[in-house]
Amino acid sequence: MALKMVKGSIDRMFDKNLQDLVRGIRNHKEDEAKYISTCIDEIKQELKQDNIAVKANAVCKLTYLQMLGYDVSWAAFNIVEVMSSSKFTYKRIGYLAASQCFHEGTDVIMLTTNQIRKDLSSPNQYDTGVALTGLSCFVTPDLARDLANDIMTLMSHTKPFIRKKAVLIMYKVFLKYPESLRPAFPRLKEKLEDPDPGVQSAAVNVICELARRNPKNYLSLAPLFFKLMTSSTNNWVLIKIIKLFGALTPLEPRLGKKLIEPLTNLIHRLHKHLSVFAVLISLSSGMPNHSASIQCLACVLVKYLGLLAMSKILKTHPKSVQSHKDLILQCLDDKDESIRLRALDLLYGMVSKKNLMEIVKKLMLHMDKAEGTTYRDELLTKIIDICSQSNYQYITNFEWYISILVELTRLEGTRHGHLIASQMLDVAIRVKAIRGFAVAQMAMLLDNAHMLTGNTQRNGICEVLYAAAWICGEFSEHLKDPLQTLEAMLRPKVATLPGHIQAVYVQNVAKLFATVLRGQEGVPDRQVAQETSQLLIDRLPLFVQSANLEVQERASCILQLVKYVQKLQQKEVQVAEEVTALFAGELNPVAPKAQKKVPVPEGLDLDAWINEPPSESESEDEKPKAVFAQEEQRPTRPRHPEVDEKELARRREARKQEQANNPFYIKASPSSQKVYAETPGVEHIPVVQIDLSVPLKVPGMPMSDQYVKLEEERRQREKAERKKKKEKKRRKDKCGRGHRAESGGESEEDITPAHTVDIVTEEMPENALPSDEDDKDPSDPHKALDIDLDKPLVDNEKLPVRAHRPPDALKSPVEGGEGEGVAQEPKKKSKKDKKEKEKRKSKERKASVCFCFACFGIILGFVIGRTRGAPVRPLAVPETSSFLVQSYDIQGNLQDGSQVVVSVIFENKSSSSSFLKCMEFNVLDSLNSKLQRPEGASPHEAVTIPFQLPPGVSNEARFVFSVQSIVMPQKLKGTLAFIVKDSSTHEKLDFKLHFTCTSYMITTPCYSDAFAKLLESGDLKASSVRLEGVSMPFHHLLARICFHHHFSVVERIDSCASMYSRSIQGHHVCLLVKTVSTVSIDAKCDEPSLLENVLQEIKQTFAKC
Amino acid sequence: MMRFMLLFSRQGKLRLQKWYTAAAERDRKKMVRELMQVVLARKPKMCSFLEWRDLKIVYKRYASLYFCCAVEEQDNELVTLEVIHRFVELLDKYFGSVCELDIIFNFEKAYFILDEFLMGGEIQDTSKKSVLKAIEQADLLQEEDESPRSVLEEMGLA
Repeated sequence: MALKMVKGSIDRMFDKNLQDLVRGIRNHKEDEAKYISTCIDEIKQELKQDNIAVKANAVCKLTYLQMLGYDVSWAAFNIVEVMSSSKFTYKRIGYLAASQCFHEGTDVIMLTTNQIRKDLSSPNQYDTGVALTGLSCFVTPDLARDLANDIMTLMSHTKPFIRKKAVLIMYKVFLKYPESLRPAFPRLKEKLEDPDPGVQSAAVNVICELARRNPKNYLSLAPLFFKLMTSSTNNWVLIKIIKLFGALTPLEPRLGKKLIEPLTNLIHRLHKHLSVFAVLISLSSGMPNHSASIQCLACVLVKYLGLLAMSKILKTHPKSVQSHKDLILQCLDDKDESIRLRALDLLYGMVSKKNLMEIVKKLMLHMDKAEGTTYRDELLTKIIDICSQSNYQYITNFEWYISILVELTRLEGTRHGHLIASQMLDVAIRVKAIRGFAVAQMAMLLDNAHMLTGNTQRNGICEVLYAAAWICGEFSEHLKDPLQTLEAMLRPKVATLPGHIQAVYVQNVAKLFATVLRGQEGVPDRQVAQETSQLLIDRLPLFVQSANLEVQERASCILQLVKYVQKLQQKEVQVAEEVTALFAGELNPVAPKAQKKVPVPEGLDLDAWINEPPSESESEDEKPKAVFAQEEQRPTRPRHPEVDEKELARRREARKQEQANNPFYIKASPSSQKVYAETPGVEHIPVVQIDLSVPLKVPGMPMSDQYVKLEEERRQREKAERKKKKEKKRRKDKCGRGHRAESGGESEEDITPAHTVDIVTEEMPENALPSDEDDKDPSDPHKALDIDLDKPLVDNEKLPVRAHRPPDALKSPVEGGEGEGVAQEPKKKSKKDKKEKEKRKSKERKASVCFCFACFGIILGFVIGRTRGAPVRPLAVPETSSFLVQSYDIQGNLQDGSQVVVSVIFENKSSSSSFLKCMEFNVLDSLNSKLQRPEGASPHEAVTIPFQLPPGVSNEARFVFSVQSIVMPQKLKGTLAFIVKDSSTHEKLDFKLHFTCTSYMITTPCYSDAFAKLLESGDLKASSVRLEGVSMPFHHLLARICFHHHFSVVERIDSCASMYSRSIQGHHVCLLVKTVSTVSIDAKCDEPSLLENVLQEIKQTFAKC
Repeated sequence: MMRFMLLFSRQGKLRLQKWYTAAAERDRKKMVRELMQVVLARKPKMCSFLEWRDLKIVYKRYASLYFCCAVEEQDNELVTLEVIHRFVELLDKYFGSVCELDIIFNFEKAYFILDEFLMGGEIQDTSKKSVLKAIEQADLLQEEDESPRSVLEEMGLA
């Protein structure tokens, strides 16, 4: 053994340490990979040795290699080994490696729980610190659940070093284990007022982070934060708090007003500091005072921040930013992409009806100049976003918009073809007035398709053709020359387009065919119609041979149709009617969420199998995937040609009626239509005729610029007209009030749209559920933390505590193992501590001859049990000795009729640094009540309390008592033994536990009919009591009985109320409380002595006040 | 909350990485590679912030070393910039005019400092003094661990 050790040490001397490794890697620049692989082999050897120092060194090197991108997951177990070393040096390295390498999927994390728990409770604060730091990086839901209570205890550690870490890590724990938030929150709140600034700032950080996601739950903390803001001098903390207020003010407008003053002070104080901008940015997102911030902006050198701040201000004060439009447009020329993107963001919010065309024109210019496809794509999406925002609110001239879209198709190499396409479809479908124009433009696009499809593979723009073909087909009645378009769509080059586009082509060729036939109906010369049929028959075979199934199917179907039509034509039969009937009916746009909102009919189980599930092998073989292109559903939607217009109208009317009567139906906001409909005299506005024969730069590509000019002219004209009208009016009036100055610019509302536009709202299914739930992202971890924190804690909301469990709990298979370990661990500790104590005693015998409790007066607050709805409370019955105050309250255990759970809060009140440890709790059992001790303990043995108490700290321990009879109150004597660390004296504290009958009562709700039945049953014995000299309001009185004696009110009529409660053993207690001049309580219970005692206790409660 | 912090050199060599949210190894590598490209391509006169995926990137160059933090949308860029600077100050105090080599050869120390300053993506302590004190004492403890175990002693020769 010794030899082995010597050998290990010598090896170590020649081992590479981290520095050697780094140096080696730097020296082997050419064959780095090879060098590292030899190093990894060495490390593997080192990890096999027993010497922990060697292992730690190896793990340290691995951590470095991990950073360089090498996989070290194979060494996870070795990392755990190093973590569990008792030496801080190695532990530190182990935890560092773990924090770098472990993630939620690492399976060895399961093994670390106990090690981490041990480190967390280590007497060495640096061990604890290192464990906390490591844990913060790799905490998993399991770890969070198991360790939440340990961490919560650490939040009240003596050392601020540990406290602040514990507070910070709580945030991670909340994220992983949201149930812990409510139990831990009160303590977290306490930490906001921690004397140590570090702990305080940590608590602010955590609460701000929590509050930002779900601000409404934290409104009650506003006064506390307000206090902090006015008192704190820590800028970091201030910024966080201001940010928090930014989130809170929208919810509570009064806050904003209160904040103005302190914020102004802050800005003055931080004037020179860079973070003034940070403050400003947070502030501007919800503060009413913006004059100061605007001033600051004037001197902004940092463009980015200026823009950022502006975008925040824009939301609240759009006017003040709009005047800087030119400046912002200039920023688009900036070299820095970040700045350009910010400026774009800003533009989005700045557009109005008035300036939309101008801004978009500038953006188009930029697009021509811009280098880099990503930025250009960004510009493109922004243009579309800007134009389509809030249901095309700012577009006054849709012809202009269509031509913008067409112009955008010139953009090479963009990925956003489908975006343009969907916009084209949307506009063409929803704006009826524009269809004629749109169809003409699309026909031109189709005609010039070769310009768009330069190289189809890379080019996303050909998606536009999809929209173009569909629009031309669907609204073909607007086409001037359908035949020409038909020819364009049947060019051989079309076969090079992607499959899903070809499919749309084929389908729409058929529609065009129908239109052509109809156009030729009345014409005596049949030649054109027949030639068209022939054309289709000639060209369609190209598509029939397509590799794409969808194209093939549609083409062959239509080919047969055309052949049949041709036959009929040759027989001189009128077919146009029938062919057109194939495509009859109007398509309405469907809201994107419509499908989701269709309510499931009653009795339909969507998860039930219709057929038996096919066997595994079958489903492997035939995946129905990709048979049909997964493109937009609209064009292929089945139609219902049978439903005629009348029927439709009737149905629509019926639906509207139903919706109007349904209070839960959110009526479609008519805003978009209203704007247009209510503008006075819309019908009389002259519609600008666009002369399309004007020679364009690119054949078929319209220029949007002309619209800008036309629009300008139109507006001028309108303005002039309006002016004229006004003047006339004025002249007519002749009231001689003098000339009011003509208002400078025209306001938003004055701009009338160029067309009578009817934006069709998207259709929703009938009975659609008006919910916004689908807007939230279910994967957001913060959603789980949306928890009401003001509600009192209830019984089942406890962190899993390592406490003494009653023996029956030990037997349960789930908790068995854990419970056992728990029961033994503290005992071992106490032995060790005793030894330690003895050692010290011999050293410092002379010290602390007499020890006085008063120097650190312990307060024992007994809080016993928690039933549903009742908050933890210290009880008011003090039994005072000169040294200590003892108070308690007892409640029953809901699950077990013979048990009460006693939660004891120990608080070390000493001001000096007296550290309490080795606390042992013992109670002298009576025949009736017994303290439940850990399994294997003798009946009189004390129960060790599993924690130590630093001065000023309190902690809670839970004890279970078994009780046989509950009809009588009872007192149990007990002692608490403990050691004061400094003086090493063994001290004792005597106390009494008073089990009142009330404490066996459990608040149980009861309905009045059940209550009446109970009273009628005649099993109950009656008794009554009078409360003299009670002058409180009746509802206070009831509340008091409910609170102190665990009753619930069944019914209350004026000054008379019936109340009910149940004991843990199932006794019913009914009260009738009346107040006339005095309060009288008539009570009934199936156990007279219990009733008597409860009534006495009630009387006592009121005698005290 | 800060998502991660990276330190890398002008040549695109990673010097330090700290992830405050768990991510799979492969994703991390991909993100690091992408981000380094984006940041290194930026010219010196450009601003220190950029938007990348759904994150905000705040970076600053000190000599040949880039300090780069990824924070969430709602976080404040300037505070993040201050955090970077504070970290550099801490490194500087600890190593005594720090240079890239210090961080390369004592990378575990750099991590310890970072861990003492930030935890779980939040600032742990804003006081330089208290951070350095914590590090010093932990180092002291480490030396205590190591000092009595000289090699000779271990070999049983002393």
